[in-house]
Amino acid sequence: MATDHIDVNYVANLARLELTAEESTTFQRQIEDILGYIDKLNELDTSDIEPTAHAAPVFDRVREDEVRPSLERDAFLNIAPETVNDQLRVPKVIEEM
Amino acid sequence: MSSLSSLTITALRAKLTAGEISPTDIIDDLENSNLEKDEAIGGYNSIDFEAARVMAANADLTLPLGGIPIAIKDNINVNGEPCTCASQFLVDSYIAPYDATVITKLKAAGAIPLGRANLDEFAMGSTTGNSSIKRTNNPKDLDRVPGGSSGGSAAVVAADTAIAALGSDTGGSIRQPASHCGVVGLKPSYGRVSRFGLVAFASSLDQIGPITKSVDDAALMLNALSGNDKMDSTSLEVDVPDFTVNIDQGVAGLKLGIPKEYFAAGIDPQVRKVVEASIEKLKNAGAEIVDISLPHTEYAVATYYIIAPAEASSNLSRFDGIRYGNRAENPENLIDLYRKSRSAGFGSEVKRRIILGTYCLSSGYDHKYYDKAQRVRTLIREDFNQAFEKVDAILSPVCPTAAPKHGENSDDPLKEYLADICTIAANLAGIPGISVPAGTVDSGNNTQLPVGLQILGAHLDEKTILRVAKAVEIL
Repeated sequence: MATDHIDVNYVANLARLELTAEESTTFQRQIEDILGYIDKLNELDTSDIEPTAHAAPVFDRVREDEVRPSLERDAFLNIAPETVNDQLRVPKVIEEM
Repeated sequence: MSSLSSLTITALRAKLTAGEISPTDIIDDLENSNLEKDEAIGGYNSIDFEAARVMAANADLTLPLGGIPIAIKDNINVNGEPCTCASQFLVDSYIAPYDATVITKLKAAGAIPLGRANLDEFAMGSTTGNSSIKRTNNPKDLDRVPGGSSGGSAAVVAADTAIAALGSDTGGSIRQPASHCGVVGLKPSYGRVSRFGLVAFASSLDQIGPITKSVDDAALMLNALSGNDKMDSTSLEVDVPDFTVNIDQGVAGLKLGIPKEYFAAGIDPQVRKVVEASIEKLKNAGAEIVDISLPHTEYAVATYYIIAPAEASSNLSRFDGIRYGNRAENPENLIDLYRKSRSAGFGSEVKRRIILGTYCLSSGYDHKYYDKAQRVRTLIREDFNQAFEKVDAILSPVCPTAAPKHGENSDDPLKEYLADICTIAANLAGIPGISVPAGTVDSGNNTQLPVGLQILGAHLDEKTILRVAKAVEIL
């Protein structure tokens, strides 16, 4: 099967990355190579095979919903890039009407 | 007398409990040897001797790792220390506000975290060349890579600038650098050790494990690290045996499988010779050597390079410039803030894998790539399940070659990925694996390069692979 076309700039935007012109040229070539190699998996018929999500046989584990100590607020605020009035500061997200 | 820094945990513990030395003596010795040697090797991103001295002064020597300093891979959170992941996204902006569970456990066993070991950025790579902080050189040949991604951890243990270290292994990142540097590296079974506080790369594959100077030390550390943790729902509620018990039993009567696919074309003839000599010794020591087949091995790299980048693209979405780490100046809006912060913070390999992973998960392609890879993953697991019905452990090379020179494959990521062929399947199957020094090969340039033997075991059967590794070590 031929490799689907990947537009690295389009996918980068989905992942909230922006690429320089040089990066997009290099990544386009390298990722096409990798996807071409990955096509190897189509040699295998897996229609009757169950997918494995992870390798330990445990599912739907939940813990008791109980009150327990967490980190102090300052521990989070101290590593935040920008704070104001003990809150994280972000750019405006609501447009003016 | 050899310096304290060159000794194993086991040897130092004997001296400590006999009252011959104090924990502070070990820290002092590391500082004296470390300061000059690490300049040439570049194994540490940072190291805080003063904090370690405070812990050394209060160390409880009755505990199993009492007074032993341990270097920590720089993607595991230690309260109050940087945790850079060798990424510009976190350098100079992030100080860990908590201890990872493995750090809590090491401290509870009396150990002292000392030094942040270099790695490939976010553990993505196999040379440590993707670190944005510094280059780490192989202590056995400075022109060569230490392996990766736990290259700093392996290098500092091999250079005797650490007693032992923690690494993390997503596709071979403990075993391969241990092999390249000539030390012992153990990837425990998936679910054996909590990952809470390890910066997540690929959550269905990641495990934390020890890099040590001896097999006994690896067992001692695994004792301290193992166990269920409420903070990691994938850590199993299973009994933790004493991994040091019966480690000296030898290999007589054990059935050891040789998978033909791991000895196929592409293995360096010198590496093959060292591994085969090691297998011969185990045979002479009474092991039964059995030829086996793991028929889906050739699909492991393709499977891994869908699953690992897919999970990474999801895990790394947390690095958004809002709560910690790099934040771009003067963004136009919130989306622009994400884009600029991430683009400036991440290096090439990280971006490449995020794009590949995002593509494999994107609408219309997730079935073709991610779902397909998960199905092939089942086939790879079944190969191992069938093999372990016939054999007690599996022997193979760790890597097709000894440590390459710096920059050899830096423009060809696919070529570098293909070298992961011997280690990657163990992560996909969740089984434990250990690399133990098996011999050396001639670099052609007056240095001898270490080569490891890989021993793979059934899920949760670390005891058998430690027993085989111990036999390799003493034969």
